[in-house]
Amino acid sequence: MLNRQGRPSAPQAHGVSDPAAGMGDQAARMQGDANTLSTGSAGSHPTFTGNKALAQIEPLLFEIGHTDVTGVDFDEPENFKPRLGGLERKDEIGLPGLSEPEAMRHYVRLSQMNYGIDTGLFPLGSCTMKHNARLNERMARLPGFSDVHPLQPVSTVQGALELMNELGRYLVTLTNMTTVALSPKAGAHGELCGMMAIKAAIEAKGEGKTRNVVLVPDSAHGTNPATAALIGFVVKPVPARDDGWVHVEDVKKLLGPDVAAIMLTNPNTCGLFENQVAEIAKAIHDAGAYFYCDGANFNAIVGKAKPGDLGVDAMHINLHKTFSTPHGGGGPGAGPVVLSARLAPFAPVPFVTLKDGEFTLLEHEDETAEKPFGRMTAFHGQMGMYVRALAYMLSHGSDGMKQASEDAVLNANYIRASLADLFSQPFGDKPCMHEVLFDDTWLKDTGVTTLDFAKAMIDEGYHPMTMYFPLVVHGAMLIEPTESESKASLDLFIATLRDLAMAAKKGDKDRFTGAPYHAPRRRLDETRAARSPVLKWTPPAPIAEAAE
Amino acid sequence: MTTRYTKDHEYIRIEGDAGIVGITDYAQAQLGDVVFVELPSIGKTVNKGDEAAVVESVKAASEIYAPVSGEVVEVNSDLEASPGAVNEDPAGRGWFLKIRVTNPSEIEGLLTEEQYQEFVKSL
Repeated sequence: MLNRQGRPSAPQAHGVSDPAAGMGDQAARMQGDANTLSTGSAGSHPTFTGNKALAQIEPLLFEIGHTDVTGVDFDEPENFKPRLGGLERKDEIGLPGLSEPEAMRHYVRLSQMNYGIDTGLFPLGSCTMKHNARLNERMARLPGFSDVHPLQPVSTVQGALELMNELGRYLVTLTNMTTVALSPKAGAHGELCGMMAIKAAIEAKGEGKTRNVVLVPDSAHGTNPATAALIGFVVKPVPARDDGWVHVEDVKKLLGPDVAAIMLTNPNTCGLFENQVAEIAKAIHDAGAYFYCDGANFNAIVGKAKPGDLGVDAMHINLHKTFSTPHGGGGPGAGPVVLSARLAPFAPVPFVTLKDGEFTLLEHEDETAEKPFGRMTAFHGQMGMYVRALAYMLSHGSDGMKQASEDAVLNANYIRASLADLFSQPFGDKPCMHEVLFDDTWLKDTGVTTLDFAKAMIDEGYHPMTMYFPLVVHGAMLIEPTESESKASLDLFIATLRDLAMAAKKGDKDRFTGAPYHAPRRRLDETRAARSPVLKWTPPAPIAEAAE
Repeated sequence: MTTRYTKDHEYIRIEGDAGIVGITDYAQAQLGDVVFVELPSIGKTVNKGDEAAVVESVKAASEIYAPVSGEVVEVNSDLEASPGAVNEDPAGRGWFLKIRVTNPSEIEGLLTEEQYQEFVKSL
């Protein structure tokens, strides 16, 4: 029942039992605790407001707004008879009212406490936080792409449809597959699409009742087994090996007439290229099953290897990772799925077709001789992301996309080689792909955990790397610099991690276990947050006047 | 009174024809602070190795497998309100469920205290 994580939970941060810990100075003051003003980096120069120059404290909207005022003037409605059958609101709505500048400042200040790819290096492994080129944004805002409605007559959106068709052609070419379903809205949605195509193909062969097992390696993204289970497959894990690779003989042992598919990520979540992928594909096909590839890490191999050549039957492509469309709260994802000839007939509607020189959308299953398994979305997918992704592809060209893959891999290996003497690599000193995985062996006996280390990175002004994933490695630290970073940027990052690592080994525990010290909020008490979550804001008790 | 162990870090303490099932001290330490426990309904029959309960800590959700086959006759519903008991007293107040053992010979196949301690040392 235990996985091999090893993530500490009880934070050893100072003052976690203090109810004001983790609050900003001003918020703490509102709770009547003036003492926290004396802590923190500016402790020797406390300010009246609690702000520290550009580092502004921002209370909750409910704390700065007032229910009796509003920034918008509405005329009181005349008397009317509600027709909500007694379900109408009886009391005041209780929402805070703010003027426009107050509301504006609130959100701008919150955004200044945030960290994004536009703020600095974002080494979150498996997430591919690469630069979102401004050119892509400009293209996406062209009115012919941004001001169209999905129900507009197709004769008025020929340009948008041509763009979708062109994007699809690029994706099919880059992967050497037969067709593409553009509509899925994110990676996991794409997985679902691909697995539904596999299920449809199996049912079409009359094996729907007997082929119901999906093999998923231990190192897979959690969405893989979840997707398979969601549509009624039984999940069987392929055990992890000490070298980080999935072995064809382990797969063969599990194969049989009941196996519908394998879901394999390549390059895998350990940052390694699955070196037996072609043999695995052959074994899967020989057993009458299908090969689903999780394409989350396709960014490492674009222009270098084509999944279709490796025997893949279905793969989703995270446009928001591989082709630089914004994500992580910055924009919707998009997860088109490419399909092999074996699965192409089952691709869902809608899709773009070219008929008599005009692009049209095939919307209904009975309009085609093929066997679409159905429909994944109401309309046609994330148009804005299609534009950004194609803008990335066209501005890079095939040579540029290939170089982006190579630079992403080079950057990850530069970090790996620059840290190899201090950090521990779980699978030995061998080259990685676009991301480098370390474990916590090197932190043994320091009293510092992966979590502590990540928190100290926040103080240094970096977003932490992915931690405790993949689960097959103890205390994992997964770093993906992407191709966006310059050598100078990587060198500073490496020097920072080296400084932190040496501090940890020297026994400077305080720098870690209490971190972050400089962030707008201190460390969260994860246990308390989970055991007694506060899900609703309640007005604080009135502050006693005598507190001063 | 015998206590036996699994390689998945469950223990079963035999009391007559039933056994109390919980997770070991090693398991709770690895899991970290337990924040939620999902218990089976009383009367559920489980086969050896079936999922019998779910334990969720701040870092992961894990299944508790039935160490032996049998029928769930009692569950520790105190854990719903105070899951921290799994960390504080895994062998005592932190027990999960009680199984009426259908096949006592399955118990013999489990690890003894010594064997389990050896196994933990090897991890």
